[in-house]
Amino acid sequence: MDKVRIIEIKESVFADNDREAERLRAELKREKTFLLNLMSSPGSGKTTLLMRTIEALKDKLRIGVLEADIDSAVDAEKVATTGVKTIQLHTGGMCHLDAGMTEQGLKELGTADLDLVVLENVGNLVCPAEFDTGAVKNAMILSVPEGHDKPLKYPLIFTVCDVLIINKIDVLPYFDFDLDKVKEYAHMRNPNLKLFPLSAKTGEGMDVWLDWLQQEIKDWNQTT
Amino acid sequence: MHELGIVFHIIKTVERVGAENKLVQVSAVTLELGEVSGVVPQELSSCWSWAVKKTELMKEATLEIETIPALTFCEGCQKTYETVQHGRICPLCGSEHTYLVQGNEINLKEIKAH
Repeated sequence: MDKVRIIEIKESVFADNDREAERLRAELKREKTFLLNLMSSPGSGKTTLLMRTIEALKDKLRIGVLEADIDSAVDAEKVATTGVKTIQLHTGGMCHLDAGMTEQGLKELGTADLDLVVLENVGNLVCPAEFDTGAVKNAMILSVPEGHDKPLKYPLIFTVCDVLIINKIDVLPYFDFDLDKVKEYAHMRNPNLKLFPLSAKTGEGMDVWLDWLQQEIKDWNQTT
Repeated sequence: MHELGIVFHIIKTVERVGAENKLVQVSAVTLELGEVSGVVPQELSSCWSWAVKKTELMKEATLEIETIPALTFCEGCQKTYETVQHGRICPLCGSEHTYLVQGNEINLKEIKAH
């Protein structure tokens, strides 16, 4: 009988995933492809925002989309109507994507001729925040009907994101949503978080978001 | 669902460490779990029993969980308090400017094997 051994590992469960994500980012850098990870709860308007963003930028940038859902292809079919390359990823019951799954999706999509790939993560404010996908920037959408207390209830996702899009501001008059409060709560979790209040439906505020995204893509391709 | 993804990542790491150390059979894995890590231990254990059976190296491995208490530091009064009991607002001075010191860990501590 072999001797029993104790092997000390002492690292986060996510350490392997974090290393894979770093490697993926370095590859994307070489290929000059910008990967944006878009997260939110279900029904926040992720797909609508994505479609408006694609429509505004598809003549300037070569865009691809990875749609992640537990099941079905309804979002991918909708996004495909914009004419950009789209792939549906099924997580097989899991509530998030990790770097390995993202890499598989990117391989399938083929990124060599793409400037921007948007990963529409599974609709969920908890699990996707735990796993680095290899994205260059993380953005999350919080829609007005969800309420301004979300940064208090789901602090992690606000910590890992670079951008917070407040969507559906066209319905602000009908909801008890305090824009100043959400700014305060979100900055308490992450002082560097950028906030873009907008309405993907009416187009209000979209230009600020689109300017930011285009500038980030430019910076990613320029810096070495 | 979240827990299953975590179990898959643990298995992946243990299999890598197993290959590096030429391990034959893993008998136990110890995990350090913070009180506010968002992981439900019972859920994790049931995912564990299902998932390890599908592997050769870990089919008999048990999961041991060590809990790390959650502590929050208050910038207002510079004191530390128990997070689970008091939440985000400091019970000592009422300040909202607080941050978590420990308690969100999901760490792989060690593995027992031969």
